[in-house]
Amino acid sequence: MTALLEIRGLKAEIDGRQILNGLDLTVNKGEIHAIMGPNGAGKSTLSYVLSGKPGYEITGGEVLFNGEDLLAMDPDERAAKGLFLAFQYPLEIPGVATLTFLRTALNAQRRKRGEEELSSPDVLKRVRELAKQLNIDPEMLKRPLNVGFSGGEKKRNETLQMALLEPKLCVLDETDSGLDIDALRIVADGVNRLRASDRGMIVITHYQRLLDYIVPDVVHVLSAGRIVKTGGKELALELEATGYAQYQNEAA
Amino acid sequence: MNAEIRPVKTAAEIGFADLFAAVRQSLPGGRDIEAVRRDAFDRFVAQGLPNSRVEAWKYTDLRRLVRDAKALAPRPDADAWTAARNAGAVFAGLDLRRLLIVDGAFVPELSDLAGLESGVRIRATAEALSADEMVLPLEMAGTDPAAALNTALAADGVVITVAADVAVERPIHLVFVTTGTVPAAMFTRSRLELGSAAALTLVETHEGPDQSDYQVNAALQINIADKARLDHIKITGEGTAALHIATLEASIGAGADYRDFGFAAGGAVVRNQIFLKLAGEGTTASVHQASLLSGRQHADTTLVLDHVAAGSQSREVFKAVVDDEARAVFQGRITVRPGAQQTDARMMARALLLSDEAVANCKPELEIFADDVQCGHGTTTGALDDQLKFYLMARGIPEKEAEALLIQAFIGEVIDAVVREDLREALSRAMFAWLKGRE
Repeated sequence: MTALLEIRGLKAEIDGRQILNGLDLTVNKGEIHAIMGPNGAGKSTLSYVLSGKPGYEITGGEVLFNGEDLLAMDPDERAAKGLFLAFQYPLEIPGVATLTFLRTALNAQRRKRGEEELSSPDVLKRVRELAKQLNIDPEMLKRPLNVGFSGGEKKRNETLQMALLEPKLCVLDETDSGLDIDALRIVADGVNRLRASDRGMIVITHYQRLLDYIVPDVVHVLSAGRIVKTGGKELALELEATGYAQYQNEAA
Repeated sequence: MNAEIRPVKTAAEIGFADLFAAVRQSLPGGRDIEAVRRDAFDRFVAQGLPNSRVEAWKYTDLRRLVRDAKALAPRPDADAWTAARNAGAVFAGLDLRRLLIVDGAFVPELSDLAGLESGVRIRATAEALSADEMVLPLEMAGTDPAAALNTALAADGVVITVAADVAVERPIHLVFVTTGTVPAAMFTRSRLELGSAAALTLVETHEGPDQSDYQVNAALQINIADKARLDHIKITGEGTAALHIATLEASIGAGADYRDFGFAAGGAVVRNQIFLKLAGEGTTASVHQASLLSGRQHADTTLVLDHVAAGSQSREVFKAVVDDEARAVFQGRITVRPGAQQTDARMMARALLLSDEAVANCKPELEIFADDVQCGHGTTTGALDDQLKFYLMARGIPEKEAEALLIQAFIGEVIDAVVREDLREALSRAMFAWLKGRE
């Protein structure tokens, strides 16, 4: 069976600084992988390289997404193929209503996949349903995307997008940052609803806390741009107790 | 003997002199009006076509941009009527009172003059001139060379009067259309008198054939009496090779409200000059402008706004989206006279550059002679935000569509200033059409 995501020896740099340093990672359908690591280990870089953010230079290795060369695709193509990055800091876009954005994104993906576009009322119906589950005020959908949203509202909005777009691989970049415990629970519930046998997830986090709510199948430690240790969910608890110091030494 | 040193006349300046000599006898109006025309033409000759050393025309050098003077367009014939019939399509389907000005001449037969509201009067400018009515002199733009040329050569247009206390529900649409394949010149003068506490929405569209380097010089003079309210919406459409120079002057009375919205997407060289006088106390005025430019288009919006009396408010937001090698120019000068205490004036100019060769020139000026005022201005110029673009693309939106969404958001803010929903939607459609053209 082809892996959902297969990263082999990935090296990437930005502004001449090498961040990813021969990273290997395989994610199969139905699995949730947590990637933990100290600041500066390359966690966010991995999420950006996977989603195709401009500015990163790939200097080695390859990434296969359902057997296809992911790095050769534009960001919108990756999204249409089923890759979703939940941003650590979702951007504010004044003048673009949230609902307009959601409809445009959903239909752009459907068009790319050769599926029929959904009518505005159909999109609205789906969005309203998901918004309700995520405790999102329907009035918020009329407001410009993320403008004036609280940290929690932004993350719930990311989760709403993810639920609407039904990706095959979700990459959650520090989804817990800026969330109080109630907001964290709502977001985690939203993510857990998306657990499915044909969907994989990569949960990137600095703290173990998030993994109490989104329980991973596999935990990796990322340090200096490489996976330096892989284990079960108990590894996260171990890290919480011991910290990252030993792995930083190991990488150096 | 005249010792004044004047630069060598350009071919166009010589052409305008020949044109004026040839047509001035046949232009409508008696002796007094002819004297006004001659004075105006002398003012034009004394200054010549403005070049970049003339501060008010710093970025729009007409000496360079206007190569020749075209002959006046012939009176529209049956073919012109046919070509003009569907003009103003931007607002098709809306209930507007259409008044057609074809090749510079008002055509009552193509215009909707039925069931005029009581207190509303509409005439051809040529008719007013023939009756020796002094509709030509300009108050604020009088010394401007392009406006002077208009005063000298304007033959027709529309004169509208709305009596006091009359609120006109149905907007009036001035449909300016150029037809014909031989490039010609059109000098139009229109005028609106809005009585005290009257209300009107006036829409203007300008269009013509692509590739023809015809010349439009249109002037509109507006007098808004106390407590009246005017919404003015202008679309500068014009053909791809056209020269469009427009002068608008409006005097706004006490407690009156004037809202101006401009949408400029057509023409090769466009100059929209707006002169506003907030003449009475407690007047409000706003100017919103959206320019969408591509190719080698050059569009200049120049505003001269004069706060004369106390307690007035003015708001200006100018936005330009500039692609390819196009250039957007914005100049805005706000003057606050000594007596205009408690003036609240704010001006903002923002340009979005879509290519490395696109240019935006912004020149805001404040002249304040009162000591108890709030005035501010700001300008920004920049490219589309790459971070925002990536966010949209990461959700599956293709690059061009992501750019369109961001441009739409940028321009949407000024379109939102249009009060009437039907007009606002039509303007949004015009914006979408422009964005579609980029794909």
